[in-house]
Amino acid sequence: MHLSEEIERLQARLKSLQHEKRRKDTWVTYQIAKHKDRPRTRDYIAQFIDGFEELKGDRLRADDPAMVGGLGWFEGRAVMIVGHQKGRTLNEQTVHNFGMAKPEGYRKAQRLFALAERHRLPVLTFVDTPGAYPGVAAEEGGQGRAIAETMLAMARLTVPVVVTIIGEGGSGGALALAVGDRILMQENATYSVISPEGCAAILWRDASFAPQAAEALRPTASQLLAFGVIDRVIEEPRGGAHTHPEHAARQVRVAIAEALAELAQIAPNDRRRQRRERFRRLGVWRETGIPGALTPLPPAGP
Amino acid sequence: MSVTVEITRRSDAGGPRQWTCPACGARSEPEAVRANLMVCPACGFHLRIGARQRIAQLADPGSFAEQWTDLRTLDPLDFVDLETYPERLREAQARTGLQEAIVAGTATIAGEPCVLAVLDFAFMGGSMGSVVGEKLWRAAEMAAETKTPLVTVCSSGGARMQEGIYSLMQMAKTTCAVDMVNEARVPFVAVLADPCTGGVLASFATLADICVAEPGALLTFSGPRVIEQTTREKLPPGFGSAERNLELGHLDAVVPRAELRERLAAYLRLLRGGDTGDGSPRGRRRGERARELAAAATRRVTTLAAAARRAFVGGDREAASEAEEPPA
Repeated sequence: MHLSEEIERLQARLKSLQHEKRRKDTWVTYQIAKHKDRPRTRDYIAQFIDGFEELKGDRLRADDPAMVGGLGWFEGRAVMIVGHQKGRTLNEQTVHNFGMAKPEGYRKAQRLFALAERHRLPVLTFVDTPGAYPGVAAEEGGQGRAIAETMLAMARLTVPVVVTIIGEGGSGGALALAVGDRILMQENATYSVISPEGCAAILWRDASFAPQAAEALRPTASQLLAFGVIDRVIEEPRGGAHTHPEHAARQVRVAIAEALAELAQIAPNDRRRQRRERFRRLGVWRETGIPGALTPLPPAGP
Repeated sequence: MSVTVEITRRSDAGGPRQWTCPACGARSEPEAVRANLMVCPACGFHLRIGARQRIAQLADPGSFAEQWTDLRTLDPLDFVDLETYPERLREAQARTGLQEAIVAGTATIAGEPCVLAVLDFAFMGGSMGSVVGEKLWRAAEMAAETKTPLVTVCSSGGARMQEGIYSLMQMAKTTCAVDMVNEARVPFVAVLADPCTGGVLASFATLADICVAEPGALLTFSGPRVIEQTTREKLPPGFGSAERNLELGHLDAVVPRAELRERLAAYLRLLRGGDTGDGSPRGRRRGERARELAAAATRRVTTLAAAARRAFVGGDREAASEAEEPPA
């Protein structure tokens, strides 16, 4: 009798400790994902893209330094690279707007996707953003539609599209570059519908509950792999990619090369069809076969 | 404007139920407000309405056949904040009488057949989770397969946080659904009602062939509070409103609720009036109908131009305001 009570108590304690550990782990992952020394898109370009030629501007009004794009050689083949770009020093961070792209950034991405499609170049994207920039000018420039159109542009590509989430995958601003055939994600990157702080502010009505929100959102690579949202977790050096950037880059390069090799086996139109099918399947619901209560319509207006 | 309004009994006993407009403060009989499609009779403020009320206003009586009612929401993340997700769902279901934040089916709007999908803001802020995404997908698929136009009415705060990454994925999913509708060359018209923000604005809603909004609707990707807090920018007057969005070129029109039904039908007629290119009699008939409608539109523009001319030549302010709202 005493023993079984004790076992129950210990089991409850174990459960709460596991919970606590998961919360701590998720929160640590968030800190690594946005670590100031974490390798950025340009670092990966420098590591494994040869002859990179940056292409700037949305051809409408501006160039967005929070979004980098251009042509280069990956393992001997010409590719189009598009990615969010953050800075390291305060000055760089300001220039790159902390990786928060504006409509001109998303429109630049669309332009480069169209260019890649026209010349049959595989597309590699790198996701690393806290989210799209929430400013007045960005909103008035059509931020929402710019994101929607970027996703649509990616959905329509027939060339191979490999997405790598290398840091923060923040909400719609991240997803705009993540409608791909293969979604790779580094071990300590995060990918989520909202920032833990934003989620806590809304649902807990207190941003200090961010660690709780972080855990509840299940934004880590291993969780997303289990959900089928991503295809592969890319290992990082112990302590995070910033502790050994060359090693981290090697792992990313290998994963991208393998994904491209797989995609080369698929016919262009099938790639597009399969990409659409992939996103169509994402979601969790139950089909009961039992119609729900159909409440009557209220009386129509005159 | 983000105000929720309920019709309440006046404190003085025995008095008739009165409704106070949150925008202008005018008092009206609730019956009068309802008869005016839930628009303030005094100032034209558009109240938020639920999905079923919207369908009743847009669809021809008896034409709406609801579909996909057997889809049920799950809790894939075991999400718990101050309440559990299932608790929040049950609450929303009890309050609205809806299963989910979307009601979809087939209907005719002023005689024009369509697949109609309507989001309901009262159900967890009209947020898009897996069931909303799946119903939109099925609506789009039905539209594409049966060559029936797709009409969506959106009033939503965006993605549903409680479904985590799955809710984010609904943005990509519904975008792919639009791709399918576009590929089938099926018309897609979207109405944005107050408020339409976040992941819904940044996915299928703004990708429509024709995108219109109701007067005063708040249409932003990030919420005004988030913008102020993150950037410390002062928001200009009218920021994010339907009218400002129209001015900036993000909308085709701002349409008052009373005109919505007819305007939607007109868009659908025009979009299917194109020459099918196969020289079939049906195609030619469509072309003829389109030409008739184009002629009607021309007549309307001529009337408008005449009114504008009068306004400018005469410098008459009243005539100028008339010119903005041509007689239908």
